[in-house]
Amino acid sequence: MADAMTATPAARFAGGAATISDLGPVGMVTLRADLADPAVAEALSAQGFALPGLRRFAGAPGSGAGWFSPDELLLVTEYGRAPGLATALSEGLAGRHALAVNVSDARAMFRIEGRGARGLIAKGAPVDLSPAAFGPGDLRRTRLGQVACAFWMGEDEAFSLVCFRSLGAHVFAWLRAGAALPTPPGF
Amino acid sequence: MLLLTCPHCGVSGEETEFAPGGEAHITRFGPGSSDDEFTGYLFGRKNPKGVHFERWRHAYGCGKWFHAARSTVTLEVYGTYLATERPPQPILDRIAKRGAK
Ligand SMILES: [Zn+2]
Repeated sequence: MADAMTATPAARFAGGAATISDLGPVGMVTLRADLADPAVAEALSAQGFALPGLRRFAGAPGSGAGWFSPDELLLVTEYGRAPGLATALSEGLAGRHALAVNVSDARAMFRIEGRGARGLIAKGAPVDLSPAAFGPGDLRRTRLGQVACAFWMGEDEAFSLVCFRSLGAHVFAWLRAGAALPTPPGF
Repeated sequence: MLLLTCPHCGVSGEETEFAPGGEAHITRFGPGSSDDEFTGYLFGRKNPKGVHFERWRHAYGCGKWFHAARSTVTLEVYGTYLATERPPQPILDRIAKRGAK
């Protein structure tokens, strides 16, 4: 089997208004289920995940659960753990209208940090990214420029951003171009 | 530029984050219906100058469909509600207060 690799292997840009890094292969599992069903929180808890609140990311950047819609979560974990996690969740929710699938290779993930991180994303996303409106643990599915993306903020105020893998190179180039300005816009 | 609030995820976003889906509350006529009913279902639309109840999808966000009531003249959005609901009374009251039709 070929080694797993991202759309932009080891890509990194530093020295501008924000630092952008390709995070390497990341495990991602989509869970579709009625999030109001207590069995979902139980199944997640059994795997070490907490159920995130509305438009929140619960956990640490490399391991956690993001709220994607009233019936969808994106779970983030180590790349090698994703297949087993999907299987375990499927078994935990057996008999219910639920679906857990390993989608690790469907998306690209970047880390965006630095004093210009908020302003950089705000250039392309129609979202209020002021500290008063968007803080650690907040998540938003939206667009960046003209492509779909989702991002959330960690305790260190760095962003994790996912987009479809086929757009990974484009999104990295977009972020790099935006961050190349010496002065961060806004915030 | 419309500002719409998605009733599913609570996001107040601008319209580029959403995709329009045409007139809401259309009754589907399928097998067994008359030709006139089916034609009306396919092609009959109100296209009003004024209050319009319409479908929207939070395309770049949570992906869910919902309904919005807005004026096609002033672009005022009177409110949004679930796609499974009739227009809620508070939205109808807001429309009435505006004297809109
Ligand atoms: Zn939404």
